Parts: sequence; C-alpha cells; structure tokens
Amino acid sequence: MNNEKNVLDELKGKFGEDITETSEFAGDLTAAVRPSKWVEILNFLKIESKDKYDYMSDLCGVDHNDRNPRFDVVVHLMSTGNFKRVRIKTQVEEDEELDTLSEIWKTANWHEREAFDLLGIRFKDHPNLERILLPDDFLGHPLRKDYPLKAEESAKKQEELRAALKGEKVEADG
Amino acid sequence: MVKVRELTLNMGPHHPATHGVLRIILLLNGETIEDSKPVIGYLHRGIEKIAENLSYHQFMPYTDRLDYLAAPSNNLGYVLAVEKLAGLEIPKRAQYIRIIITELTRIASHLVWIGTHALDLAAMTVFLYCFREREMILDLFEMYCGARLTTNTFRIGGVPYDLKDDFIKKTLEFTDYFPPCVDDYEKLLTKNRIWMKRTKEVGFLSREDAINYGVSGPTARGSGLDWDIRRDSPYSSYDEMKFHVPVYPEGDVYARYLVRMEEMRQANEIVKQAIKALEGSEGLLAENAPKKGLKKIKKAPEGEVYHAIEAPKGELGFYIHSKGDSNPYRLKIRAPSFVNLSSISTMIKGNLIADVVAVIGSIDIVLGEIDR
Repeated sequence: MNNEKNVLDELKGKFGEDITETSEFAGDLTAAVRPSKWVEILNFLKIESKDKYDYMSDLCGVDHNDRNPRFDVVVHLMSTGNFKRVRIKTQVEEDEELDTLSEIWKTANWHEREAFDLLGIRFKDHPNLERILLPDDFLGHPLRKDYPLKAEESAKKQEELRAALKGEKVEADG
Repeated sequence: MVKVRELTLNMGPHHPATHGVLRIILLLNGETIEDSKPVIGYLHRGIEKIAENLSYHQFMPYTDRLDYLAAPSNNLGYVLAVEKLAGLEIPKRAQYIRIIITELTRIASHLVWIGTHALDLAAMTVFLYCFREREMILDLFEMYCGARLTTNTFRIGGVPYDLKDDFIKKTLEFTDYFPPCVDDYEKLLTKNRIWMKRTKEVGFLSREDAINYGVSGPTARGSGLDWDIRRDSPYSSYDEMKFHVPVYPEGDVYARYLVRMEEMRQANEIVKQAIKALEGSEGLLAENAPKKGLKKIKKAPEGEVYHAIEAPKGELGFYIHSKGDSNPYRLKIRAPSFVNLSSISTMIKGNLIADVVAVIGSIDIVLGEIDR
C-alpha cells in the first residue's frame, strides 16, 4: 500500500457522509455514493479532482432482485492525463429515477439507453430515453434476474406482458 | 422561388457499405446531412444474459462472436478480467504467446478494415491484396488451434497449446513478408488524389469530442488523443515490448487511415519481439496452465473487476460482478465499436451522403460487438 492519498480519500474528504462505502479489490478502486449526489460527485471527479477523470469508459446497471434498492448503477472513469481508473456506483430503487449523466459526458447517452433497455433503470432528464438494442415493441427488460432465459419461456412472458398491457388499456377506456 | 424541403432518408440495415446491419436515418438538405440517427440492435443475441447462466469457462467461445474479425482479442480481454478476479498468475511464456496471437489478430483486423474501407470508396485492388495477406494469418491461427475465425484461442490461466517450431518459422516468414505489403497498400492510397479528396477533411472529430464521446483506439488517436492501453496501462507483458504509438491531430478520415496503417507495421514489430522473448522463456508452464486454472476457478471470489485491453477497435473492457459462484452474477462488455459509433452523428453532420460511407469505414465498426 502506498501512503499517497488516492481518489477515495479525496472523495471522503470532500463529500463525507455522501460516500457510503469505499473499497479496493484486485487493484480496482470503488466508491459507492448516494444517488442524490450522483451528478455532483461525478462532475467533481471530471473537473475538479486531482486526477481529473475526464473519460467515461462505461456505465452499466446490475440487478439485485433480492435487495432493496434493487439496482446498482456502475460507472467506470479514467483520466486521460495519468490513465488512472476509478469505479463509482450508486443504488436505485425500481420505481425511482436517477439523474442522467448525459449532460456531463455525451457517451453516457447510449450507455443509459442500454441500461434502460435491458434492465429498466430510468434516467431523469435523459434527452432520448428509448430502447437501443431491442425492438421498440419488446416488452419487459431481459437482463433482469426474474426475466426467463429460454426462448419459449421468453415468448410466453412476452405474451403475458402484452395481455396485461391490453387489459390495462381496456380498463382505462372503460 | 425554389422551395427548399428537408428529406429523411433511410440507409441500411441491408446496405453493403454499412458493414453489417447498421441502419442510419439521415435528415438531408439537398445532399448535405443536417442530422442523423443510428439505429442498432439487429444482431442482438443477449450475450450478457447468456454469460450470467454459464460458468466462466463455458462463456469463452461466446466472446469469439463479439468482434468476429478479431476473436483472439476478445478472448484475451475476457480471460484477463477473469484472471484478475481470481488472482491468477500467468506464466511468462503464455503471456508472450498471447501477444503474438493478438498482434497477428490486430493485423488481420486492420487488413479487413482497409480492404473494405477502400472498396467502399471504389478502390478495388487494395481489397484483393489485403485478403491475400489476411489468409496467411488465418492459416497461422488454424495451425495453432484448428480454427480460423472463431478461434477460442486462450484459456483462463494460460494458453492451451505451446507454439510449435513450424508455427514460429511460418510466423517469422510472414513478418518478413508483410512490411513491403503495407508499403504497397500505401502506394495505392496514401498519395492517391481521389483517395485524399474522399478522406481529407471528411468526418471531423475534435479531441474534446473524442474524449466526451468516450471514443477509443485508432479512432481516438486520429483525433490527437495520445493514448494506447498497451503502452499506458500495460497488461500481459506489453511493457517489455518496444513500439511506437502513431497519433495524428487532424481528426478526419485520412488521419484515422494513417494511424491504422502505421499500427499494422508496429504490430508486426511486436510479433517479432515477442517471438524473440519467447525463445528465452521456459516452455513447460504454458501447457500446464489451463488445467491448474480450471481447478482454481471453480468458485471465483466475491468482488468486482473491470479490465480493459487495447483491441484492434479500441478499449475492450469486461466488467465482472461476482457473488462467489462458478458463474458471473453480471458481466458487462464495454465494446469499443458501440461507443465509437455513438459519435457518428457528430462526425457526419454537414458532410455529404457519400461521406457517410467513408466515415463508417473509418470508425471500423463490427456489429457483432455493438449489438452483443
């Protein structure tokens, strides 16, 4: 371990309570943050932090269907100055929205669309939050743990969801 | 008075110049592109969902089908991520073998790129030459592992086979034969007036936009971003290799072309160096590594890792979230083509329809890894 202050200490010093957890595993630095400070902390990392993490490698969601809040949103950042990397994540509930990062990084636009498409995580103020990999008439979010894997079961699930959707519409009309 | 009206034009998904099943909706004013919207997903197979339901070893062949023009690079990115998670030490000889195979892959991938890119812009000859040379590399892959395209080359913990003397001899022959070939391609294109007209000042992407869009690999280096993961965060003994990273600040199709041409030469040099290093390393470990690895990986430790490599198209990253089972809880593939493609609307804005074809070629996309 080096004694140099790393980005996790910098974050804890600056945001204190809003950094809920920090860890180091296999050389990867991770900080879990409160969803309410999501944009503020990432903006800080991009512009003001010592390493200036100005490059967003990746954003993805993780479904923990036995946990509340259900989703993790994980972002991987890199600095184009010294090529250090850091992982920032936060937790989102199923019926909650997370602020979009597409104002800070344009690349977040497609990544967030993918997280929405496959997992159903919604991003607030996203300019164009629609399906990206799956067809527009697809129902449900296949990367969720409760979505079936096999093709026949998936087709059945699609039918169920379609029927449920129709039922709702009829009720609304009635 | 002439009435001016905007026209929406659909391009693809079955267009020969879109390199697969990419569809772009273009908003035109005359022949100038005002706005555009790429539509992807026609090749979506749910690879990440499959990964969650397979063991770490079983998922290996699926990675071949991401960037199917550079299967060994995908294999390398995946095994390195799993090895990082499991804390496995890789024998030196296996690391050199990995370098040799992946750098040959880089050449093969760039050969397909320049061949089809030039073909799109009506330079037919280059395509035929490139596929002649690529065939030699595919023959080498076949010699090594029996497969040519979806090679399933590496194993967690090492490599499955040692390099035979015959393979090394043929590879050295190729490395001597290849550099003059690149000169030939350059003779056909670099100073060619038509080629320069079609590619210079077309598809501009600034350095700031490249960073903002998360663009990586040769596409980013053509926009002046001096960054190569092999050099800046080396993996698999790349720190022992000496090579030059070409960077051009112009940010147009021509700059990206120059970057990849030089990269082919450099990859060729790296192959030579790796073979030299291989001769000094012990041969025993490479053959034993996979069995050892198999035992160790039955249950991976709990934790999260992200590992990125410099694939031919850019930063290929694997994020693995493990809950301590024999299969990943979540596996996310950060595909370079997916991210690079998202910048296309910025690149083609204000250009002509014919330029779209040039720009698509210059990003070097493979839909297999975009749609996953």
